[in-house]
Amino acid sequence: MNVPLPPTNGGCRTAPVLKERGQREVFCGLTGIIWLHRKMQDAFFLVVGSRTCAHLLQSAAGVMIFAEPRFGTAILEEQDLAGMADAHVELDREVEKLLSRRPDIRQLFLVGSCPSEVIKIDLARAAERLSQVHAPHVRVLNYSGSGIETTFTEGEDACLASMVPVLKDTKERELLVVGALPDVVEDQMVSLLTDMGIGPIRLLPARRIDDTTAVGENTVFALTQPFLGDTHAALERRGARHLAAPFPFGDEGTTAWLRAIAVEFGVSEETFEAVTAAPRARARKAIAQAAEALRGKSVFFFPDSQLEIPLARFLTRECGMTAVEVGSPYIHDALHGPDLDLLPAGPQISEGQDVDKQLERARAARPDLTVCGLGLANPLEAEGLSTKWAIELVFTPVHFYEQAGDLAGLFSRPLRRKAVLQMEAAE
Amino acid sequence: MKLTVWTYEGPPHVGAMRVATAMKGLHYVLHAPQGDTYADLLFTMIERRNHRPPVSYTTFQARDLGADTATLFKASCQDAVDRFDPEAIIVGASCTAELIQDDPAGLAETMGLSIPVIPLELPSYSRKENFGADETFYQIVKSLSKPQERTKRVTCNILGPTALGFRARDDVEELTGLLSDMGIDINVVAPLNATPSDIARLPAAHFNVLLSPETGEAAARFLEKNHDQPFTKVVPIGVGATRDFINEVVAITGKSAAIDESRLRMPWWSRSVDSTYLTGKRVFIFGDGTHVAAHARIARDEMGFEVVGIGCYNREMARPIRALAKEYGVEALITDDYLEVEATIEKLIPEMILGTQMERHIGKRLGIPCAVISAPVHVQDFPARYSPQVGFEGANVIFDTLIHPLVMGLEEHLLTMFRDDFEFHDAAGPSHHGGHSPLPSEEASGGSLPGKMIEDVVPDNVIWLSDAERELKKIPFFVRGKARRNTEAFATEKGLHEISLDTLYEAKAHYAR
Repeated sequence: MNVPLPPTNGGCRTAPVLKERGQREVFCGLTGIIWLHRKMQDAFFLVVGSRTCAHLLQSAAGVMIFAEPRFGTAILEEQDLAGMADAHVELDREVEKLLSRRPDIRQLFLVGSCPSEVIKIDLARAAERLSQVHAPHVRVLNYSGSGIETTFTEGEDACLASMVPVLKDTKERELLVVGALPDVVEDQMVSLLTDMGIGPIRLLPARRIDDTTAVGENTVFALTQPFLGDTHAALERRGARHLAAPFPFGDEGTTAWLRAIAVEFGVSEETFEAVTAAPRARARKAIAQAAEALRGKSVFFFPDSQLEIPLARFLTRECGMTAVEVGSPYIHDALHGPDLDLLPAGPQISEGQDVDKQLERARAARPDLTVCGLGLANPLEAEGLSTKWAIELVFTPVHFYEQAGDLAGLFSRPLRRKAVLQMEAAE
Repeated sequence: MKLTVWTYEGPPHVGAMRVATAMKGLHYVLHAPQGDTYADLLFTMIERRNHRPPVSYTTFQARDLGADTATLFKASCQDAVDRFDPEAIIVGASCTAELIQDDPAGLAETMGLSIPVIPLELPSYSRKENFGADETFYQIVKSLSKPQERTKRVTCNILGPTALGFRARDDVEELTGLLSDMGIDINVVAPLNATPSDIARLPAAHFNVLLSPETGEAAARFLEKNHDQPFTKVVPIGVGATRDFINEVVAITGKSAAIDESRLRMPWWSRSVDSTYLTGKRVFIFGDGTHVAAHARIARDEMGFEVVGIGCYNREMARPIRALAKEYGVEALITDDYLEVEATIEKLIPEMILGTQMERHIGKRLGIPCAVISAPVHVQDFPARYSPQVGFEGANVIFDTLIHPLVMGLEEHLLTMFRDDFEFHDAAGPSHHGGHSPLPSEEASGGSLPGKMIEDVVPDNVIWLSDAERELKKIPFFVRGKARRNTEAFATEKGLHEISLDTLYEAKAHYAR
């Protein structure tokens, strides 16, 4: 049944983890708004924060996305801090203005930031009050995307976790798939599961608020993203059960992820094979082409999105790479365990960051490919190291079979580019 | 509390980073939570810098807040000094650290470091990026500059260029050449590429050239007052301004100027007949005060445009921009609210925008060509080629920049004559733009204010009859906005409530020039 075999030298689940504390070269959780506002088309994300928050949001993606921004920042000013203005009155006024200008908004997220948390603006209370004012047309929720609480993708986790308590109750045995995916990828995933006879399939986040996502003690859920620890806990509190599996990156990850669900829903071996055989073959072919440039090369992951462990598993097992160090901002055994089991022993697993020390390790190792944030990529390239910007892995469709080749391609392109550029004189 | 969708300026500590990153041998220890490191990518990605900005972030977390963030700050400070061995450090707080009141300045002072420690007070909740850069540079100059003899030869400093500045790299080079032609050597350029020891040498120059008032004026004033160095008030962007600048330098130094103008092509390019079509083009200008003031003069006096509105986002420049607007007979728009700028452009319907990356997007949405003349910048504002804004080569570059977004002169006529040609029609935009041409407003998508398309700007009491509306659509897109606006203004003036075909052509005759 093509169950992935654990590595012969043992996996990384029990490997010692290097825990570091120091300067972190990562985004805060506000950054998740960049993709969440595109995913939930009737949602608006209102950050209560400073000019820095607003500046981060427009800079983080490396581009400014000007069409229809469904996010904004209520910038705190001196009078808000000096207590001369009641923050809640001010917030109500800004929300009122916003909602009257944007009648298409059905759900509003008040997003906490470092300054709003330090001065203790109670956004939960504000959300409750504003919900009462604007119900039933608009639902108002709150979560924190602050840098003192969240790292990059943890913002999506906090957002989804904030939605769990308000999901409708259900007694039905349903599959809930959790994690924001590009629509095209989500459609592929739903169609694979539907073809196996699994349903109904509910999605969190749903594309619009009117969708029928519900949760209860007969719900089983699968995570498509490895950074949803709080959402995982919130769903378990609602009685739902997690289907642990490697994450659906590459042929092997996708198959293992689908299999965990198929086994749960009693799908026969024949059906599973019939549904997955063709896309698996396509995925293998596409990976093989892209992986030619990767085979035998070494890779070093700086911590960024928590995708590092599943991706290291994909690159080592399916693309023939060797991992030198796999850094992740946080490691959750319940989420990352199945991928760590499959990741061949050898690499240094590290959690947290002290960026200058980690840079020293990377320089000493001189990996063929370094996966890192945008702030580090050009400086490392200038030192002769090839890099892959980690943020692209979050913004690009990379999950499931049909994207497996693209995923390998993201890593091989910097190496191929380095090989094609020739600027010396001919003789 | 103020709702902001897009910001023209970052917080003041980003301004301090622009100074620190421009310099060498200086390190910035910033008390800040995780996430504020996003600012590194402004430099490494947008400007393609090949080094990390020299900034250490203390990266405090929620759990540190109850404990000891002050110790964390001191540890980061010591680490930075040990690891990077700077000649001097600047220390300060980002917006969140300002709230926890750890007093980085006081903490750093108690550490007994052997290098100069320059504390920064940058109020994050009332000031912005340009202030942050100006104040930081001023503090550095105030702390490090030393009284000393003037150089034997006539020299000057160039003050103001920072990292992420609009064409700062090339402006310094062009200006250095121009001054060298006048027999004036450069003592120090700062902050760009200056070390703390270079800053100490600033007072050796005979005078200062203030290249960017936004980021260098406080330092220039300090040096004038304390070291008796006059500074230039004209920023040499444009032909006329460059000539004024030369005269100003002559007046300061007493040196005669025999400047070679053989490379200055802009005046002839503007006088040559192909440029006739530029006459009276209605332009709206928005950006930082310095670039807006320079471009208002270029637009009116050197390109022959009609300036229909000017404005700036940096409040520090409000006064000069208001005065300038008065001189030009237009209203000044002083705001950092993107939506207000968008609304003003919608109202004025200019034929061209000279703006920032933000206005480029407004222009894209409204189908109005836009040339970028000021920060905020994007990666494409850091061209590989040499493209200064100042001096004579700068004037040449600006001429090209301003005509590039426009449909060329003869092409305008051909589009009007052969409107229905399937390949050569006005909706395809300027033929030299490929797929990136601006679309006419009717086809522009997106927009931050749904339902607020250009059509809605029609005065309430005037309606377009269908034959007039059809005729309007036959007018090429690059003049359609003007035709619509003129016709409506004409109808309102005449007290008409309907616009017929006749009204359209009567208005055309009325506004003929």
